[in-house]
Amino acid sequence: MENMRERFARVATGLLDSDPRLAVVLADISADLFDSARRRHPDRVVNLGIREQLLISVAGGMSLAGIRPIAHTFASFLVERPFEQIKLDLNHQAAAAGAILVSAGASFDYAASGRTHQSPGDVALLNTLPGWTVHVPGHPDEAEPQLRAAAGTDGLVYLRLSSLANAAPLARRDDGFTVLRRGGEATVLAVGPLGDAVIAASNGMDVTVLYAPTIRPFDRQTLRATLSAPVVVLVEPYLAGTSVHEVATALADLPHRVLGLGVGREELRHYGTPQQHQAAHGLDATSLREQIAGFIGIEDSGRGRVPARSLA
Amino acid sequence: MTNASTLPRYSYEDLPSLIALMSGDEKHDLASLSTVDVIWVLYDRVLRVSPSATGSDSRDRFYLSKGHGPMAYYAVLTAKGFIRADELPRYGQFQSLLGQHPDRNLVPGAEISSGSLGHGLPLAVGTALGLRAMGLTDDRVFVLTGDGELDEGSGHEAIAFAGRAGLDSLHCVVVDNSSASHGWPGGIETRFAAEGWSTARVDGRDHDALEAAFTVSHPGRPHAVVAVIKRA
Repeated sequence: MENMRERFARVATGLLDSDPRLAVVLADISADLFDSARRRHPDRVVNLGIREQLLISVAGGMSLAGIRPIAHTFASFLVERPFEQIKLDLNHQAAAAGAILVSAGASFDYAASGRTHQSPGDVALLNTLPGWTVHVPGHPDEAEPQLRAAAGTDGLVYLRLSSLANAAPLARRDDGFTVLRRGGEATVLAVGPLGDAVIAASNGMDVTVLYAPTIRPFDRQTLRATLSAPVVVLVEPYLAGTSVHEVATALADLPHRVLGLGVGREELRHYGTPQQHQAAHGLDATSLREQIAGFIGIEDSGRGRVPARSLA
Repeated sequence: MTNASTLPRYSYEDLPSLIALMSGDEKHDLASLSTVDVIWVLYDRVLRVSPSATGSDSRDRFYLSKGHGPMAYYAVLTAKGFIRADELPRYGQFQSLLGQHPDRNLVPGAEISSGSLGHGLPLAVGTALGLRAMGLTDDRVFVLTGDGELDEGSGHEAIAFAGRAGLDSLHCVVVDNSSASHGWPGGIETRFAAEGWSTARVDGRDHDALEAAFTVSHPGRPHAVVAVIKRA
């Protein structure tokens, strides 16, 4: 199956053919995927070499000229390394054409490469800035319409691609959260590639399961509209707790409890596979089931009552 | 109603009095005074810009990367009819358009917001690429930086790439007032020349020399002008 990064390159190449306002800016990563596009549009497919500060600044400068740039590399080098360039050359300049940042690698796609290539903090960093739309697709079929929509508008958009994906697309609407299941004891919000794990983890539980391929803007309306009990568990494939404040804002008038699950702050200092890292951070279905049941204090059929040990 | 295109104009000789209208706790006098002749010559003799056409596709762009010395910039923008003179005394105040570092979304005629060093030249590279992609080949981009600012590594990513890309619409003016803590042995222009730029070194107070350096032909290459300011 075509992965998200391959889909991105194919779709962006087609968009370059049809929209002269678009440009793709690269820093060596994925340059080979854009060879044909660069031959057809040498002025609008620019590989800067391994210069990630320049990557963002060039996107900002192009935007000032009226071009809508798509800047792409690994998340660690797209968001974390040039963060001041994002803050000043994109946000602060506030050029009308905006920009699209498309990352690969996510939190630990390149687990064997170690910490240097892992970026669990990218969404939290962007969360310090105003105006960003943040897409976290769980499947290539979700990433494609998100990219097409971003190309057709202005503003600042972050598209976070991952090699981890759900077996099938789960989103049933273009914007906002999709309701996967209705229940009475709590709401569990699954973000992007963790959709399948959350569905498996919550099997048989009396909980509402929401699915979010877009996490900013945060769909407070659907969270409120589907809330059956003021107990919310967030399951995010990046830094744990990144969206807890959004839940607190959405439920500010209600006494409520919220648990933010995701990638831990501590460095694992292990290599291996993304699946091993997912399990080590408690984001596999078995670990999630235990944490969700423990937090909401429900019987976990077959294993007795799960102790509420995850209230931190 | 007074609009930008009908504001009074001022001469080079008026610049000291316009600068004197501004006040604030952090005026960066040396930075402002070192750039005043470069900015004046650009706006008076070189740039195709007008206060009545600030959003036009057919215009040159001036990026003040060295944003911590903006009083000379504000004075020249006032002299050329972009800014009202009665805005100058409010420099740095809460409701003012004129901060100690310029904001393009507030200052009429300012093309970029700057202040944090090392951003203007990389942005200018992006704009030159963008203008080329849009077929706007007559539009030129001038960016003003300083010898101290070029300590920032981001500038060298931009210098290296712009040379290889042959961005001949790009012009970088380096005001060299010997601010770099460790200096530039051989002259800062050697860093540009090594990456394929056309270069010139001139007296940063000599208007005719500055104009000649800014307008020299440099087909297929970006151009760097080192404007030397001797410290008193």
